[in-house]
Amino acid sequence: MTTQAKAPRSRLDPEPVPRRDWLGLSSLWAMTGALLFGLLGLLKLPKAAVLASPSKKFKVSLPDVLPVGEAFVPPGRAVAIYKDSGGIYAVSTICTHLGCVVKANAEGFECPCHGSRFSANGDVTKGPAPRALPWLKVSVSGGAVTIDEGVVVPQGTKVA
Amino acid sequence: MTPTTKDALREFSDNLKAVPRRVMETAFRTGPPTTDRTRSTFVFGNVFLHLHAVRTHRWSLKWTTTMGLGIMSVSAFLIALVTGVMLMFYYKPYPEAAYESIKDIHFVVPTGRLIRNLHRWSANLMVVAVILHMARAFYTAAYRKPREYNWLMGIGLLVVTLGLSFTGYLLPWDQLAYWAITIGANIAQSPREITDALGITDYFDPGGFQRLLLLGSDMVGAEALIRFYLLHVMILPLALAALMGVHFWRIRKDGGMVRPADADDQLFRQPREEALPIFTEAPAKTYHLAAIVRGRTSNVGRGPENTVPSMPHLFYAELGVLMVTLLVCLALSLVSDAPLKELANPSVPENPAKAPWYFLGLQEMVAFSAFMGGIGIPSIVLIGLALIPYLDRETEGTGRWFGGPGGWPLVRLSIVLGLAAPILIESFVIRFGWLREWFPSVPQLVITMLNPGTLLTAVYAFFSMWCIRRYGSTRAGALALFTCFLCGFLVLTIVGTYFRGPNWVFYWSPSEWPKH
Repeated sequence: MTTQAKAPRSRLDPEPVPRRDWLGLSSLWAMTGALLFGLLGLLKLPKAAVLASPSKKFKVSLPDVLPVGEAFVPPGRAVAIYKDSGGIYAVSTICTHLGCVVKANAEGFECPCHGSRFSANGDVTKGPAPRALPWLKVSVSGGAVTIDEGVVVPQGTKVA
Repeated sequence: MTPTTKDALREFSDNLKAVPRRVMETAFRTGPPTTDRTRSTFVFGNVFLHLHAVRTHRWSLKWTTTMGLGIMSVSAFLIALVTGVMLMFYYKPYPEAAYESIKDIHFVVPTGRLIRNLHRWSANLMVVAVILHMARAFYTAAYRKPREYNWLMGIGLLVVTLGLSFTGYLLPWDQLAYWAITIGANIAQSPREITDALGITDYFDPGGFQRLLLLGSDMVGAEALIRFYLLHVMILPLALAALMGVHFWRIRKDGGMVRPADADDQLFRQPREEALPIFTEAPAKTYHLAAIVRGRTSNVGRGPENTVPSMPHLFYAELGVLMVTLLVCLALSLVSDAPLKELANPSVPENPAKAPWYFLGLQEMVAFSAFMGGIGIPSIVLIGLALIPYLDRETEGTGRWFGGPGGWPLVRLSIVLGLAAPILIESFVIRFGWLREWFPSVPQLVITMLNPGTLLTAVYAFFSMWCIRRYGSTRAGALALFTCFLCGFLVLTIVGTYFRGPNWVFYWSPSEWPKH
């Protein structure tokens, strides 16, 4: 590529760059690409390799008498456990809206933070919650009841 | 002749006596600022003071020009900075120790309660001052050319200020803190409302990533606390300082405070023609720094008429605002303690769990839809604010309060509509409910798109468009929209603060809340 050489006009008013510097530009883009690639790797940083959270699986001992429709909430856990003729089932009490812990009452659940209401089987009846409260996996072996907060089961799954 | 020992000793003692005076002389170099010349060198010879021009226009010093709101924001920040560093000596950012250390500060550390109160009140005052400062800049059309970019810096400062408030909220690790952060982190996760409805969360989950970024874990725990602490004491203050630096520098480079074109005529007691200009020719240099930087300076075409030395006029005014801010913070700190609830309990939320007052409008909106109220509408508002100077490129009314087509009557109309619309919509929702109560199986996407919050936004937007047509001016639309936005913020904040009780149910007053 040839360009016509012109005398620079003055120090204060230099000649505009006549052509793109191919090497300069390509190195600039190579650097940008490398930075973007590095950024992709950085996106992995916020999550620790091992998350220090307590086990999502836990054992509960149900009270001897648990009337139908009354929730049993293990201390320190956000799960309501019910027992009826169909068997035992567990409903998560973490609001699907913004994560507050809902309270079980006679009609179902109510959230103290933004006023969501749920029916007894977890369906949203009022308020901003986008989804029903999930039912959690219950397994019974012998007398021990185990709840797995990490596994969601279809609504209506009861374990005898 | 050689000096005797006695002479040398006398000289030494004379020098010693002269030390305080000499230190002052060498520090300020030009003697006391008593003449115009020494007042000028006092300003431009000082690394901190030369942020200001040597002379200040008398219009900028009028109380109604700025109301001191910018300096008030900075003053509140400085108070929060000093008290914050003091608190850092005692605060321990671990879940096991955080709450106890705040209790220590409050009850044991000498003057600890006052320092904590000052920190809390100055932070509150800063939020108020920043919002009012933005309103001042908007209503005097100060964002217009050449100040467009500085308006953007101001938006950035608003966001960082709110971020500082929010991150400071978690640190006491009490019930209020824990649940506010739980809610905040889940708002960050709320794009899932959209991705869930579209069924793509498993492949594309920006919400979950944002939550993880904030909490560093899948629950609010030690990782979240240290992240919020770091944001609060290091990252956000540095960001704020950097933005503030640019903001102040641009004020100088953009020609100081905005003023109307006829400001000089308004300030002159006699008609302008009879006043003798100081320069027969206004400065017309077409270069900046030492002929290296090109472009016209902001002072081209402006003589020194109607200006006064910044020392003492501007500096004393600024000092006055700082003192008033300090006084207000101190008075509030003495009569009202910063709250501290019970230790955080992850299984029982506060009822009602309320955010700090300036986020209660937002909380009211997330009670309609998490994504729209927490991310969608705030983003629309911020983008709208940022676009104002680039859409309104008119010149009428610059520097005048409520200047521009429509003026005060339009602002008055906007206040009426801006207050009426949210009050009506809220009343309707409180009385009749919303889609979920009427049609329990309505898809979430419909509620996300069509809820009281988006409805209010749409009403405001239509009103603004109508004003643009009616007055034939973008400024009129901006006046309408900005006023509506302030009014909506006010109404929602008041509803969230005073009329929401346990389970976010409407109550006329807290005295009607059920006992528990």
